[in-house]
Amino acid sequence: MVDIRSGTDRALGPAEVEDVELYHPHSWWTRYVFSQDAKIIAVQYASTAIAIGMVALVLSWLMRLQLGFPGAFAFIDAERYYQFITMHGMIMVIYLLTALFLGGFGNYLIPLMLGARDMVFPYANMLSYWLYLLAVLVLVSSFFAPGGPTGAGWTLYPPQAVLSGTPGGKDWGIVLMLSSLILFIIGFTMGGLNYVVTVLQGRARGMTLMRMPLTIWGIFTATVMALLAFPALLVACVMMLFDRILGTSFFMPAIVEMGEQLQHGGGSPILFQHLFWFFGHPEVYIVALPAFGIVSDLISTHARKNIFGYRMMVWAIVVIGALSFVVWAHHMYVSGMNPYFGFFFATTTLIIAVPTALKVYNWVLTLWRGDIHLNLPMLFALAFIVTFVNGGLTGLFLGNVVVDVPLSDTMFVVAHFHMVMGVAPILVIFGAIYHWYPKVTGRMLNEAMGQLHFWVTFVGAYLIFFPMHYLGLIGVPRRYYEMGETAFVPASAHTLNEFITIVALIVGAAQIVFLFNLVWSIRHGREAGGNPWRATTLEWQTPETPPRHGNWKDLPVVYRWAYDYSVPGAPEDFIPQNQPGPDNLTRETAT
Amino acid sequence: MSAPTHSPVTEPLPRPSGLAGFAADWASDQRTFKNVSWGKAMMWIFLLSDTFVFGCFLVAYMSARMSTVVPWPNPSEVFALHIGGSDVPLILIAIMTFVLISSSGTMAMAVNFGYRRDRRKTAALMVLTALFGATFVGMQAFEWTKLISEGVRPWGNPWGAPQFGSTFFMITGFHGTHVTIGVIFLLIIARKVWRGDFETGKRGFFTSRKGQYEIVEITGLYWHFVDLVWVFIFAFFYLW
Repeated sequence: MVDIRSGTDRALGPAEVEDVELYHPHSWWTRYVFSQDAKIIAVQYASTAIAIGMVALVLSWLMRLQLGFPGAFAFIDAERYYQFITMHGMIMVIYLLTALFLGGFGNYLIPLMLGARDMVFPYANMLSYWLYLLAVLVLVSSFFAPGGPTGAGWTLYPPQAVLSGTPGGKDWGIVLMLSSLILFIIGFTMGGLNYVVTVLQGRARGMTLMRMPLTIWGIFTATVMALLAFPALLVACVMMLFDRILGTSFFMPAIVEMGEQLQHGGGSPILFQHLFWFFGHPEVYIVALPAFGIVSDLISTHARKNIFGYRMMVWAIVVIGALSFVVWAHHMYVSGMNPYFGFFFATTTLIIAVPTALKVYNWVLTLWRGDIHLNLPMLFALAFIVTFVNGGLTGLFLGNVVVDVPLSDTMFVVAHFHMVMGVAPILVIFGAIYHWYPKVTGRMLNEAMGQLHFWVTFVGAYLIFFPMHYLGLIGVPRRYYEMGETAFVPASAHTLNEFITIVALIVGAAQIVFLFNLVWSIRHGREAGGNPWRATTLEWQTPETPPRHGNWKDLPVVYRWAYDYSVPGAPEDFIPQNQPGPDNLTRETAT
Repeated sequence: MSAPTHSPVTEPLPRPSGLAGFAADWASDQRTFKNVSWGKAMMWIFLLSDTFVFGCFLVAYMSARMSTVVPWPNPSEVFALHIGGSDVPLILIAIMTFVLISSSGTMAMAVNFGYRRDRRKTAALMVLTALFGATFVGMQAFEWTKLISEGVRPWGNPWGAPQFGSTFFMITGFHGTHVTIGVIFLLIIARKVWRGDFETGKRGFFTSRKGQYEIVEITGLYWHFVDLVWVFIFAFFYLW
């Protein structure tokens, strides 16, 4: 068909990565339960993450019920409210978003998109999931432990986290929370090493790093960051566990509790904040970078255009990843640290806006004059862009010390981080599920249910979080069980709270439609075929759909980048990455 | 589409120079680190992550020690042993450090003999390394016992800042755990080498996969890392 000896093919070196010997399961148990196949592990990760995420969703309902109708529900007392708020935050950030992006999408997409048969260490990959499941079970068990789960807030700041005034502080709650985090980190490390080594050392012939789809770049960079950031959380968890169990004083200053002088003395609560946010800020980007990557691929595929400025997109991901390690103390402007630190961290924080804005411009320029298909993945991708810009702009407010100090601990902060790292990545997750579900199951998700889900979720998210900016500006504090008789909060704020609660219940209900769609479409969805989106990347070129164990018959050979859409002169509007062709039939050199 | 046939590379492609060339080398085909196996790459990246764990521990220790307002126990007195009628400062820790550094030497020799496919010497040197490691952990247990008998606890000690005991037990304990895991790992691999598993292609008990002699070197990487961490712990706890 095409003379493959000319042009692109010449750049292909000999096979450096020998074909691997796979472990072939012998029974139903090793095939579907204790599976070493990254695709099964991905589905296990994703299902567990979504299940625990539903718990966090219900917790947010309960919180909103209290905020919208204070005192109307007798079982939500102040202690329970703090437990709900803590568990909601921790589950959403760590056990849902991190696990779903890296454990779910990472496991499914890395081997397939890179043309590998599996992850490089399938056995460790399997252990990674089971440790994650154990971490989730330990977390869930705290709901049933005496005293209930911890109510320390998702940041778990000492000293209050281990004192008796906080729910779970002197009971099981905080111990189970910290243990669960330690298990999660150990499990994640096993998976994370797999993802990184697979990307670095296990690619198909022709798949240079600069030909990888941006999805992989996002997941890869986020995993590297996670491997360097989670150690700080591990150390903080171990030390707080010792403070709680052994009576050490790492984070505990001399303190009087309930009129009684405790045995602690000389510890530094600020040290915990530094360790926590050295993890906590990269964590924001551990969640955001895979979303950036995935959304780039969704936009390119569904606008039938190559991504604008691929190289700059890659460098922006790497630069954001690196910068995010030197901004952590912008979460600590009100902690009483040296004002010069505030100056430094405000500067680095605002510098991150540069590569981030670059990415937003490139997404918009990819859409510019594209052949935009307004299907579900594209709708979610567009929703992500606007939501991320909205959330990012309020980040510029909060990044400045003088603006942050009055806004700190108000609903403005809640609105900001929910927009930028709550709603925005979740929208990408939805878009990605609508995009890749046909590959995982062989069937399309139902379009009508999907449209309902999208519009309720997208519009609802704005109705929930936009008013919160206003609430924050008039000074409504976050994490308060009730306002009581507060002079500066007008009565209209309470009306607004009621409105937000009602919308939150509706948006939550829309997620049940989505879950139903996921289950219903497995049997009743439209047959998808191998490449329903006419996409270029390798996962759509597998011989079977869903891909079998080992993914490929012969390992694919990559001849081009991932974005050859609408190439002038090509017979179709996409050219798969594994299709050889003359040099002039590619847009790879365009960027 | 017919299956493509590949022609060998006939002439080197033009390569970019400077920073672009640097980036192109890293991004090159299939493997970023040429001739580095998956296992070895994994161990290096794991050690990088582990470095951050120990780094955070040590930074926390330094921050506690520098910000404390009560006296810090004097290391040359606290870690002294009473031998032959006089207190010898740091004698135990000197021996411990010597043992651990020696174990790095025997480990390096084991790696060398491993690549020469000398099963007996490789296994013997790995067992010797493990013995050195076990000796180190044993002496650490002795030191812990001595300190505990003198009244040092994680929550306090007779001489000053309570953070002395807590950071000491936590960080040396965490390092000792690493050494212990290393000893177990060394003994398992030594047994496999001795049995000739890597010649016969015997499959692992858990993973059902064949091992390779390279695992000796990967174990060695971990072992040298644990030694290197000890140098920092030694400097920050005993010499500061």
